[in-house]
Amino acid sequence: MQPVNPQLTRRRFIKGVIASGAVAGTTSLWYAASGQSRPAGAVERMLRLNVNGQERTVDVAPQETLASTLRYKLGLTGTKLGCNRGECGACTVLVDDIPTYACSVLTHSMKDGRIETVEGLEAPDGTLHPVQQGFVEALSPQCGYCTPGQVMAAVGLLRVNPNPTREQVREGLAGNLCRCGSYDSYLDGVMRAVELG
Amino acid sequence: MAYMHIGKDFVPPDVAGKVTGRIKYAEDYTREGMVYARLLTSPIPHARVVNIDASEALAMEGVHGILTADEVYPDGEPQSTGLKILTNEPTLVGEPILALAAVDEKTAETAIAALNVTFERLPFVLDPLDSLREGGPNAYANGNTFNREGYGEVKWTTDQVASFRAGTPPGDDAPTSGLVPAFAIGDLEAGFAAAADGFIYEGSFTTAGYPHHSMEPRSAMAYWEDGKLYLHGTSQSLTALANDMAGIVGVAKEDLVFINAATGGGFGQRARANSIPSMAIPAKMAQKLNRPVMMRITREEEFTIGGARQGFQGWIKVGFRPDGVMSACDLFIVSDDGGKGGGADAYSAADCISILYQTEAVRYRNASVATNTAHRGAQRGPGQNQIAPIIAPIMDAAADALGMSRLDIRVVNSAQTGDVGGPQRTPLTSAYMPEALRQTAEAFDWEARQSRRRQRNGNKVIGLGIGQGYHAAGRSGQDGIVMMGADGRLKIHSGVGNLGTYSYAATSRAAAEALRMPWESCDIITGRTDNHLPITSPQDGSNSIFTNTRTCYGAAMDLVAKMKEIAAADLGGEPADYDISEERVHQIADSGTGMTYAEVAQRAMELGGKYTGEAELPEDLHEWTQIAASRLAGTAFMGIYHDPVISNNPPGFTVTCTEIELDLETGKFDILDMVSVGECGTVVHPQGLKNQLVGGAVWGIGLSALERHLYDPQNGLPASTGYWQSKVPTYLDTPVKIDAGWVDLPDPENPVGARGIGEPSQGSVSAALTAAISDALDGHIFGAAPITTDMIINHIAGTREDAVALAQNNFRG
Repeated sequence: MQPVNPQLTRRRFIKGVIASGAVAGTTSLWYAASGQSRPAGAVERMLRLNVNGQERTVDVAPQETLASTLRYKLGLTGTKLGCNRGECGACTVLVDDIPTYACSVLTHSMKDGRIETVEGLEAPDGTLHPVQQGFVEALSPQCGYCTPGQVMAAVGLLRVNPNPTREQVREGLAGNLCRCGSYDSYLDGVMRAVELG
Repeated sequence: MAYMHIGKDFVPPDVAGKVTGRIKYAEDYTREGMVYARLLTSPIPHARVVNIDASEALAMEGVHGILTADEVYPDGEPQSTGLKILTNEPTLVGEPILALAAVDEKTAETAIAALNVTFERLPFVLDPLDSLREGGPNAYANGNTFNREGYGEVKWTTDQVASFRAGTPPGDDAPTSGLVPAFAIGDLEAGFAAAADGFIYEGSFTTAGYPHHSMEPRSAMAYWEDGKLYLHGTSQSLTALANDMAGIVGVAKEDLVFINAATGGGFGQRARANSIPSMAIPAKMAQKLNRPVMMRITREEEFTIGGARQGFQGWIKVGFRPDGVMSACDLFIVSDDGGKGGGADAYSAADCISILYQTEAVRYRNASVATNTAHRGAQRGPGQNQIAPIIAPIMDAAADALGMSRLDIRVVNSAQTGDVGGPQRTPLTSAYMPEALRQTAEAFDWEARQSRRRQRNGNKVIGLGIGQGYHAAGRSGQDGIVMMGADGRLKIHSGVGNLGTYSYAATSRAAAEALRMPWESCDIITGRTDNHLPITSPQDGSNSIFTNTRTCYGAAMDLVAKMKEIAAADLGGEPADYDISEERVHQIADSGTGMTYAEVAQRAMELGGKYTGEAELPEDLHEWTQIAASRLAGTAFMGIYHDPVISNNPPGFTVTCTEIELDLETGKFDILDMVSVGECGTVVHPQGLKNQLVGGAVWGIGLSALERHLYDPQNGLPASTGYWQSKVPTYLDTPVKIDAGWVDLPDPENPVGARGIGEPSQGSVSAALTAAISDALDGHIFGAAPITTDMIINHIAGTREDAVALAQNNFRG
């Protein structure tokens, strides 16, 4: 099974938020993490992030999650928030090739990472990544809300295991929920992606 | 019939946007000057708001204003169940009381914490039987039931409640309640008498209600411009929902632009506007503040306002004649209405038995009772799918007792063309359940696998299950519009909504089929209502494929008829002398004499009148469609159609076979193999149908084995607000491969032969899986859905199955 970034656990995330001075109540944590507040602090606000191969300079609050930065600061709304609490995987992005729940890591802790979102997979000429193409051919998505996360989890898996069995894909994507229940079609799509290379 | 498009796969136009992240859901939009609304929701399960002091909050920097129930309902809240936009009389934890808008959500949350709201606590109840008891608490201030006459109260004697809790019927004098409190078909006494020499089962059962948990929380953003409301929202049904949402917000239909290119999952509770009244909050707030307002919904809020399936506590008695015919079924269900009223699941369960098994006599009684839990309503096969896993092991017990095969007893009791069902004895438009059973059994190699039945391998034991699902799968009486410009391209206006079934696109292909046009020459016009879209039925009840192929086909055939009229007028002869092919209308006798579609469209626009929608529109067009047609009139060649209402019932059926390996030490099981077959008329879109079958399978696994709905009994707090606690199935809960198939026989009431399938696909899997668990445990009938691991272990250990508190839901533990 391909893990989410083992160094970026939810526990570590929460500790990071608390250390940054945000209130750790559930709802307050949620909104503190959205990066909308602007508390004074010693943490450097302007970060240079490597996102989809581009250096982006962005003002990031200390307690801001990567998902919030991507969606609300950089306009990369392909990264979805399904639960915002590390349960569903809809916000999965790659950080240094490792599938990572963007809702559960602080952007400041990612500043040295190479971040990839679903928007970065397509070639400049519009050619889809094999996983995207496989998903199209297998009609893997249903409602599509979990799809960007499924795509990124599959891309991460194929980078470490380019020829997985169907069972290995099932385990590799197990951190991504699909309420429509399209798991079988996502597995079809990844196996098609393996064929497409 | 050889079709150009029907039965063939295609790439729906929104798929690329889904795999690239480009397609936008409501929360992905932003607008200059946008402020953020947050909700204050009820912290207690039943209360009355006595006072709201917002002075401190409103004085805070960055706060723009609040919106209360008194403002959205200046004449008082409607005296009805169903979620309100905002309320001063919450009947469940998490119900929205007020909204506060601020420059950002953190500020809004901080300001909400500064509100001083005084609640008067009222009695609350979580178990319908506690409310049914004499002197028991009521979930509503004015009763514990709601039906067509309004609020009411239903109570049983202490003995009646005790009898029901003990698993026996409460007695014939126990009062009933609900939208359909009772019905009877046939001679029940004679039915059980006929079963005296056959097999009779009697027992109690429970099924868990559980939340929808669509992946996309129902966030919404709204703004007003030039008197029009622009509402970015989420729905299963684009125009049907918008049509009713206009009334909820209080805006004229022609002044509402509902924008909804994609919806992140809808399983019943996003079909109709009254199940998402929360979308009116940013609309009302934006109107009040004269600013765009975004209201993001959290997972916890989605749990509460997203609704849930009804849970059942029931008693059932089923009789089978010696030849295996189900001659009688007596059913008494106490259903959990939740805090806002809950629908008619119990009725649908009984209706399903009468149709799916063609039972000779059915008596149904229901006490539908409110509790202070999540609001209930339609969820994928509401009623039909709760009863499917209850009946399946009973069918197997009957087959074993009567010396029949488990396949044969289902064939004996199956629906076929010409059959009727339900209390109104409604004819089915067509039905091929025997074919579906045999096809599934053959694909699964059911007979050969019987040698593996209950085979032991150490602690593991094999169980085999076969199950059936049913739901009504088609409606009529809706409208269709197609347009063709001078370029000859066909524009199919679809109001169906995009919830992930791709039926908005699949049904549009019926129009291309009627016009025999290549798909590349067609565009689907949808996504926002200012694209001028016709009314459709709400996209629930598995109806879309049947309903909207009728309207799309009808609108296209109107265009064909007009083409022939124009060609005959210009080129001579009668319209009947003309046919269409290769994007031309031409004489049948001389195919060289004719006009291209582009030419005839150009001519239509010159002629105007009925050809461009400026005259002679069909009678009985829905008001919403009339608005759309009036705005399209004169812009292009128009085909427009109002579908006549049919009275027969187009059914959707599925059959599933599965094999499991159950571990007698852990109570866990693996699904080794699963085949599901749909009986839904002609297949329109194979990949879309496959997705419905495998998606329904995952839902069936959740219903039979996993999903639950828990409340803290002391304080009424929901305990399963997240995916983890409510046990939504994951990849690892489902088989590595699910095989899907279909019968593919046409239905005569649909122009392309199609019927729907979305809901029964869950029921048959749930039935088959429950039957397989029962089979692995020597035929033990749990009378429950889900059957949790704890229950299995407790059964094997010989202890009370539900000894672990709250293992399934609040009323079994």
